[in-house]
Parts: sequence; structure tokens; C-alpha cells
Amino acid sequence: GSWEKRILKSLNSMCTELSIPLARKRPVGEQKELLNKWNEMGTDEPDLSLFRPVYAPKDFLEVLINLRNPNYENGDSLSFRTHLGLIQVPLKVKDIPELKEFFVELGLTTGQLGIDDSTQVPPELFENEHVRIGQKVLTEQDSAAAQQYVRQGSPTALRAELWALILNISSHPEDILYYEQLKTNVIQHDLLVDSLIYKDVKLTASNDDYYFVFEDYLYQVLLCFSRDTSVLSHFAYNSASPPKSYIRGKLGLEEYAVFYPPNVAPLCFLYHEPSKLYQIFREMYVRFFFRLHSISSHPSGIVSLCLLFETLLQTYLPQLFYHLREIGAQPLRISFKWMVRAFSGYLATDQLLLLWDRILGYNSLEILAGKSLILFCFSACKIDSIVSITRIIRELKISQSIELFSLANKPALLKGWANQT
Amino acid sequence: MAGKVKWVTDIEKSVLINNFEKRGWVQVSESEDWNFYWMSVQTIRNVFSVETGYRLSDDQIVNHFPNHYELTRKDLMVKNIKRYRKELEKEGSPLAEKDESGKYLYLDFVPVTYMLPADYNLFVEEFQKSPSSTWIMKPCGKAQGKGIFLINKLSQIKKWSRDSKTSSFMTQSTKEAYVISLYINNPLLIGGRKFDLRLYVLVSTYRPLRCYMYKLGFCRFCTVKYTPSTSELDNMFVHLTNVAIQKHGEDYNHIHGGKWTVNNLRLYLESTRGKEVTSKLFDEIHWIIVQSLKAVAPVMNNDKHCFECYGYDIIIDDKLKPWLIEVNASPSLTSSTANDRILKYNLINDTLNIAVPNGEIPDCKWNKSPPKEVLGNYEILYDEELAQGDGADRELRSRPGQSLGPKGSRLRDAGRTVLTTWK
Repeated sequence: GSWEKRILKSLNSMCTELSIPLARKRPVGEQKELLNKWNEMGTDEPDLSLFRPVYAPKDFLEVLINLRNPNYENGDSLSFRTHLGLIQVPLKVKDIPELKEFFVELGLTTGQLGIDDSTQVPPELFENEHVRIGQKVLTEQDSAAAQQYVRQGSPTALRAELWALILNISSHPEDILYYEQLKTNVIQHDLLVDSLIYKDVKLTASNDDYYFVFEDYLYQVLLCFSRDTSVLSHFAYNSASPPKSYIRGKLGLEEYAVFYPPNVAPLCFLYHEPSKLYQIFREMYVRFFFRLHSISSHPSGIVSLCLLFETLLQTYLPQLFYHLREIGAQPLRISFKWMVRAFSGYLATDQLLLLWDRILGYNSLEILAGKSLILFCFSACKIDSIVSITRIIRELKISQSIELFSLANKPALLKGWANQT
Repeated sequence: MAGKVKWVTDIEKSVLINNFEKRGWVQVSESEDWNFYWMSVQTIRNVFSVETGYRLSDDQIVNHFPNHYELTRKDLMVKNIKRYRKELEKEGSPLAEKDESGKYLYLDFVPVTYMLPADYNLFVEEFQKSPSSTWIMKPCGKAQGKGIFLINKLSQIKKWSRDSKTSSFMTQSTKEAYVISLYINNPLLIGGRKFDLRLYVLVSTYRPLRCYMYKLGFCRFCTVKYTPSTSELDNMFVHLTNVAIQKHGEDYNHIHGGKWTVNNLRLYLESTRGKEVTSKLFDEIHWIIVQSLKAVAPVMNNDKHCFECYGYDIIIDDKLKPWLIEVNASPSLTSSTANDRILKYNLINDTLNIAVPNGEIPDCKWNKSPPKEVLGNYEILYDEELAQGDGADRELRSRPGQSLGPKGSRLRDAGRTVLTTWK
């Protein structure tokens, strides 16, 4: 509630400061110009210096840290009393045995893409068979089987189709029409939010060595997304406050939303047809990524992920945990940035896509906490600063993380592994 | 081995010097006794020239072949490839097979090219067959995109047709010679932008041919969206991918430098086009590099003191066909971004590990067969000795004729042998 109000207040004050309306209809000349430029919005260089992002991840983290459950009494949970992390809401999160069971396909005896195709294990043993099964799943258009299948990682050539199958996206004329309708909306109306989106993309994707190529697609998708009212209706049954503020447009009943620009860029590696890219992105946001920006008690919500991460780290690498706290580097402050963007921008794209395979496969974001834990373990011997962790991560292979995750049930082994690396 | 390697260079680049220093090599001057000289192309000309040249001793190695220009000058490269194709055709080799319209099936990897002014009339004939085509004019002896322009009308190159009385371009000076090639106006676009590939290839010997491909090549993107529109023919930011040009564009970004790794390209193509066509594309790229080296091998001075690291420029069209644009003898060692610096540093490091075994004083009589462990990020692209030794049982498809031979040491991909889809 109050988080929402803060965003709204920030937006409104920006409007007043800059004398820009929240929304306005574009004059015809401007509409024509935008239509011509639709495929290369990246080359525009409007003066965005006065626009501040409405909130940064660290602001959001501050909010989460200050969450308290008024019904909670300190005496209730012993284990929570010893929780020394930043999150102070005692949500129920899975422990290692439960995680192990949940993520059973990540166990050591099951083949994984990312490990077994890059070692001395002959490809026939795993990869070829895995690809064959994937092709079969696609031929039969079996969505449930596809979801099960990607738990072991998806072959690059099959991934686009598999994700579309899992998310139930197909390219019907109505879908293309829907996207075109949103595009028209963008052409006709200018929103303050657009500038914020533009600025965020310019700061992040256009400087990213994987995603800069797709800069123009990002504008197209995000500008449409911020006008997509069907997305807003989805949140009607989300118990907690949605991640956005509703701005009553002067132009009528349409509602505009302020989203913190989420993770489109990696999807550009899979889909280059704009309406398909849009649909996939919207579906992924609505199913998963919105939970990263909203405050809820859902096990895949950002609060639970933070708590899960802190609990795992404190349980399995206590010395590291305490040491970091002592030097004033609370681990969550580092991993939060990764999790809130589902690692987009922090992992090499091929590794990222393998991670997102598991998000789809397990229908859960908990793997983000697991991945964060693993990265900390990996860096355990090398941590001297936050900068070096971020640098190491780009080189990390997912094979190591899965291996580690499955070892997580054996703390002694885990420590040994961490010491080796 | 006693003594440290004594090095000289006339190229003041940190990626080079840092690599020499980390090996504990000793810097000397050109006039002293040196073992390793990383020289510019001007210097190699002097070392091997008739007037100023001198004999190299057994413990001296240089980084260029004396007549590398057979491959690295645009006109000579095309000449050699044309000659090579004709020879294969004469032998009846299946490699020289043509399709119904007379195009080579396997050896058509260089855009139609003519030398100017020598082939002017031939060019005009070709031009008139498809008058709406665009052609690209490139000076033979320049680099970094200098002096290049596009034309779509004969009038734009009238000066190359004039007789010797009026045109200064009729001189034999290498600086004024141009090549004109059919412009690839349907390049593969990603994010709406044109790009080309820069791949590094190390040749340690031409006879037998032994060459290595650096795994970490990159794509260079134009900052401006591509359009084949004739109104933009003058806009070099749309058409030329050279970093030397792009970095003056308004949108040039100094963090990523408009570059993508080849692995990114592979991931993107596999994800959007499928694995088979992507593998086929990369196989073809390897194929055309090997063929270009085979084409010049007979005319190369295979001096045993020499090795060379080439920068290959390749463009992929929208049918996923790769085209060889040119080969650079002195690929830029300037770093435009942090990633770049790391890449070039590692490139030189791996190159030195192969060219100067164990980092010790070289003996040019060695067999130039480094052990697998020192290859670093290089992979064997083609090893003629191994290929011949393997015999027919390593061939993928049965074919007549000795001249093809099996591709013995294939490119290895993540520890496995890649089944090439070559012919």
C-alpha cells in the first residue's frame, strides 16, 4: 500500500517538476514520425538527464527489509530468532531436503544440459537422446511433457518452440492484431513512463555486450507492455499489492501502469518476430517475473526468495555469512540485484537461458535463490569485494552450479568443494 | 636451453609487449642479435627485399611470410583464388563442380571481383548484365575502410576507363589500383543491423599446410540500421563495419564497441534458425578459409622462419551463405573496449605459445607440431600432414580424386569431433 503510494508520489512530483503531463495525445505529425522510426527508436537521443528512475532495486530492497508482520510474535519460532539476515518476515521457505525433492531432476544421477554435453561423456549417451525426446515432445505438442522436459535444460535449437508450448503461446491472427493495437496506442499517446523506460533501456541494455543489438526491440516491447491493460486484470487475484501505480489518464478510462522494466532482452535471442516476442515476454512476466517486483508471501515472491537465500547461506556457509556481515557486505545486498532481474545482465546468455529453462520447468523462481547461493559458494575463496564477484559470474558455467546444488545436502562436501574452487 | 629470447618490435602495442615481458623475454634493438621480431608489414618487406634484405639465422623467427600479400592484397587474393579454381577444373576435381548457371558449387565464396583499371571492359560487360546492382570500390593497398565507396552507376567510375594520357590511375603504382566487387546488398541482419565477422587464423607453415582457427572471433555491428536504399549509399555508417569507421559514428558505444562474440552469434542462430543450418554455416566458414589458404599455398614463400596470424573478414548473407571479403596480414591490435583488450592479449599469448615452443630460443628447423596442450583458444583448422596420413577411411563422403583428401584434424567442439557437413 504505502510502497505504491511512494511510487505514485514520486511520479507526480516528477511531472510537476518537469512540467510534463503523465499522459498526452500526440499530434499527428509526431505520430507519423514515431511510426517511421518504430524500428530504430534506439537512435533517438532525447534529453533524459532530468528523469530519475522512479525507484531503483536498492530502494525496493529497503522496503523489503523493513517489512514486519504485525501478527508475528518473536517467541514463536526458534529457528527464525537466530536468523541474522536482513529479511525479518518469517515466511515458510523450503529447506534443503525439501528443495532436493522438489528439484529432483537436478540430482547427480540425471543428465543435464550444460554438464553432460561438455565433458568426456560421449554425446550419444545424453545429448542426442535428449534432443530426440525434445523433438518428440514438440511433434506431439504436449505442453505438460515440455515443462517436465526442460527441467534438464533445453537444446538451443528447440528452446523457442518449447517455451512457446509451455506458455501456451501460438501465433494466431488475433494475437498479432492485439500487438498491433498496442502499437497504435503507443503511437497515439505519449506517457511519462515512456521516458523512464527509455532511460532504463539506455542505461542497461544498450551498454550490455549481449543485448545492445536488440535495443530497438526492447523499446517496442516495453512501450506496448506499459499500455497492456489485460496484464493489469491478471493481478486481480494476486493477494498482495501489485508492483505498479495506476494513473488515471486524463484521456479516459484507460489505466496506465508503472512497471519497473523487466527482463525482455534475453528473449530477443529466441524470438525475432515482434508480436511473438511480445506475447512470450508478457506471459513470462505475468506467470513469474511480476513476483520479483511485488510484495507477497508467495514462495516465488521476492520476499521468500530473499529469505530462502539468506537461510541457505547462513545454514551452509555460516563462516562466509558472518564474515561478510562483519565487513559490512550483507550478502543479500549483492544477490538481490541478481534475483530481482532473474540474473538477466549478470550471466552469459546461454547460461541464463538454461537457468530460465528451470524456472519454466519447475514453475518456480526458487532456483534463483539456489543459483545465488551457488555463486556465493563458488566465490567463497575469492571474495574480496563485490566487484570481483560480479566479474567472476560471467564466466561461471551452469554445470558447476547444478553440481553444487545437488551437493547442497551434504554440507561437508559443499565446504570442500567451495575450498577447491 | 640457455639464454632468454631476445625480442624486437616496431609495433608499440601493450598487448604485445605485456606478453613478451611476462615470458621474461629481453627487449633488444633491431641491430642487435634478436630471436623474435614482431614486425609491421613495411618491415617484413625490407627484411626480404632484394636490396635491403638479410638472411635470417636458425634462431630467428618473424611474424609474417615474405609474400603474404598474395593472400592479403585484395586483388592478388582474388587472382590466386581464380587461378586455383581453374586449376582444379582442369584436373577434373569434384571440388570445381559447377551448377547449371556456371557458378562453382563449392568454390564460389568470393564476390565477383575485377581489377581496375586492367579489367575495366570486363567489368562493364558484367555491370550491364544487371544494371541495378551495387558495386563496392576498394583501393588495393589500403586498410581500415579508407578510400572505399559504393557505386551503382558507371559514370561514378568513369576515371578508371580513360586512356593513359588523361588518367593518373593507369600507373602501375600499387597504391592507385582498385578492385571492384559486387556488393552484397542482402547481408544477414540482426536487430536490423549489418555486421561482419572477424576471425583469426594462424598459419605456421604452408607446405604442408598447417593452420589454426582462434575460437574467440567476433562480429562487428554497424551502429546504424541497414538499408539497401540507394539514397544511403554514401553513408558509410550503414555499410562499412570497420571499427575505425564506426567509432566516429554518433551512436558508437565504448563499452561493448558494437561487438558480439562468435558464440553469441552461434547461440542466436541456433535459437532462431536451428542447429543444422547453423552448423552448416560454420562448416562453410571453415571451408572457405582453408580453401583460400590452399589457393595461395603454391605461390607462398614457405620460409621456415615465418608464421603469420591473419584477420579474416567474412560477411554472411541472408541465405546464410558466408562470403570472404578480405584477409588482413596485420589485424589491428588496438583495443576498443576492455573485452577487446583481454581478447587480443590472449590471442597474442596463444599465438606465441604455438609459434615459439616453450617460450625458449627458437630453432626454425623444428617440425612445427605443437602439442595439443599449448593451443589455448586455438583449434586445429587444417593439418595437411595429418589429413594425408589418415587416408580414405576418415572421409565423410566417398569421393573420387586425391586432391580433396580427408579433413583429418577437424575442428573440435567442446571435446567432441564435429561432424562436418561438408559436401
